[in-house]
Amino acid sequence: MSFSVTEPSKGTKWLAGVLVIGYACITLVPLLWIIATGFKSPTDSIAYPPIVVFEPTLEGYVNLFTERTRATPDMLEAAGEPQTWYDEIVRERGTVISGPSRYGERFLNSVIIGFGSTFLCMVLGTMAAYAFSRFKVPLKDDLLFFILSTRMMPPIAVAIPIFLMFRNLGLNDTHLGMILLYTAVNLSLSVWLLKGFIDEIPIEYEEAALIDGYTRFQAFYKVVLPQAATGIASTAIFCLIFAWNEYAFAVLLTSGTAQTAPPFIPTIIGTSGKDWPAVAAGATIFLVPVMVFTILLRKHLLRGITFGAVRK
Amino acid sequence: MAQIRIENVRKDFGSFNAVKSSTFTIEDGEFFMLLGPSGCGKTTTLRMMAGLELPTSGEIYIDGEEVGMKPASQRDIAFVFQMFALYPHMNVGKNISYPLRSQGMPAAQIKKKVGEIAEILGITDILNKPVGGLSGGDRQRVALGRAIVRDPKAFFMDEPLGALDAEFREHMSEELRALHDRMNATTVYVTHDQLEAMQMGDKIVVMNHGSVEQFGVPQDIYDWPATKFVAQFIGSPSMNFLDFNGMIGNGGDQVCLNDVTLNIPESIEGAKGALSFGVRPEHVKLDDAAPYRGRVKATEYLGTTQIVTLETANGDVKARVASSDKVNVGDQTGLSFDARTITLFNAETGLALRSQANKGVLIHG
Repeated sequence: MSFSVTEPSKGTKWLAGVLVIGYACITLVPLLWIIATGFKSPTDSIAYPPIVVFEPTLEGYVNLFTERTRATPDMLEAAGEPQTWYDEIVRERGTVISGPSRYGERFLNSVIIGFGSTFLCMVLGTMAAYAFSRFKVPLKDDLLFFILSTRMMPPIAVAIPIFLMFRNLGLNDTHLGMILLYTAVNLSLSVWLLKGFIDEIPIEYEEAALIDGYTRFQAFYKVVLPQAATGIASTAIFCLIFAWNEYAFAVLLTSGTAQTAPPFIPTIIGTSGKDWPAVAAGATIFLVPVMVFTILLRKHLLRGITFGAVRK
Repeated sequence: MAQIRIENVRKDFGSFNAVKSSTFTIEDGEFFMLLGPSGCGKTTTLRMMAGLELPTSGEIYIDGEEVGMKPASQRDIAFVFQMFALYPHMNVGKNISYPLRSQGMPAAQIKKKVGEIAEILGITDILNKPVGGLSGGDRQRVALGRAIVRDPKAFFMDEPLGALDAEFREHMSEELRALHDRMNATTVYVTHDQLEAMQMGDKIVVMNHGSVEQFGVPQDIYDWPATKFVAQFIGSPSMNFLDFNGMIGNGGDQVCLNDVTLNIPESIEGAKGALSFGVRPEHVKLDDAAPYRGRVKATEYLGTTQIVTLETANGDVKARVASSDKVNVGDQTGLSFDARTITLFNAETGLALRSQANKGVLIHG
């Protein structure tokens, strides 16, 4: 690659830097707000005007992971001295821990459904994209358009039919059902994105592999897949982010065993409607996996987003 | 090593006919050139031999075995692509060893073999480098290494020098030819460069519009083109055609152009009507005494020779004469033609008329 653009001047670079940092600050404020709220006490969290400097507490995190019951002074006395630091925190509110909350399970559900559907989407998407890219598929253009057209309405528009279908198939509130649903929604995106990436890989590489004595399938996974890694990584991130954050279907189709974290987190607030720190703590932890996944693949992601933009 | 035989091979892409019924034979150990302008079907023909395209009809024999419908991986041939197609996610050594690994050869043996090949090609020092940063020449060598490493029955090369710059090309073509002579392997080489084809090939097939125009050794193709297309495509500047209306009888050895009688090789195929008198520039002499007249239109200086363009009653004629000859633009002069080298063409069909001189080499596709 070569660029004939002149190097920007110092002033321009400086201005650009200020703008980028300013923009980053603005977008980061809600995120920092959530993270900070997780460490506030319930009173601080709803204080007006908002408190920026506060005494941090882990109460929100403790509340997130536990179920508590209000205890009378007699009961507290009978329970004896608090055994652990988190016992101590809940004692101060006049409550005792009655057991773990369901946040852990819900979080695990999100992991299973999010990564499961992303994986399935990548497997099916890569193979479909390869076929569309390389083979003479009858009605190829129509099929591709049909696949794209499933994206033309908001998925929630078909929520009711899907709900009825899932109920009849016994897929309501199951991991399998949610994995299939998210895979179906994401597949159009992944087929189109991946087809673009695979189109860019010269067919000669596979032909060379065929000549070198490999079968078509071996050529696909030994030569095409490593070349498409960039595209697969960036597509996987897009798919994961969608499945991870999806709320509407999750509310509608899951309530117990397969409920994901997004519909669960708001319920943490409790009947009193005051436990914002616990909600914020739930949201903060929920951010972590996608962040880690994106950071792990960021090299690919950057290359993937600009892929094909520059002629090599 | 193997003999390759192509029989009535045809290839259609939808309604487009890329290759019309081609037939020719490549002998064992030959360096064989498939020559033609782009879109003539030469690459498609090569790809059918390699198994990257399946023929619509016809047979392809490698070593007497019909392989037309066999996948490429089972034909035991090697292919060098124009853009090299080195696997970008592997280093040089891995690229070269890749065909061996598909055969399940033990690692120690692979290493030895790759070492030998690297030695032959002079790339021992870059075996551990990624292919991304290599120069064009080194990429070419790695691609060749990958091809020769497993001693295939035949090598197929699709314009392997096309991606190199002119200077390096010449050097590489010598290297290629030397490599072929050393391995003595049947090689089929696709090119659109007539010089490359003449330089390197033992035999040449000239293709145009999906059909074989002529098939033979370079000298015969140059001297006795079977069609006007071949005459034009090969040689620079190409053969001169003096179009005239006339006739030639069976056994005749003279034609009459513009009231001037010119000698030609004894004809064995009479014809009448629109004809073309074909003569190579180096067989045109400027001779003031000659009855056939022309006016000098332009001269091009080429070092030891010069190309003189003359305007005649039958169209422009280019002559290759010594640079030392004094030629001035605007001069009237006579032209004489070396009678032994003349080919007559039917101007309508473009086919050469048979004569005693070319009867031995004329094979119309």
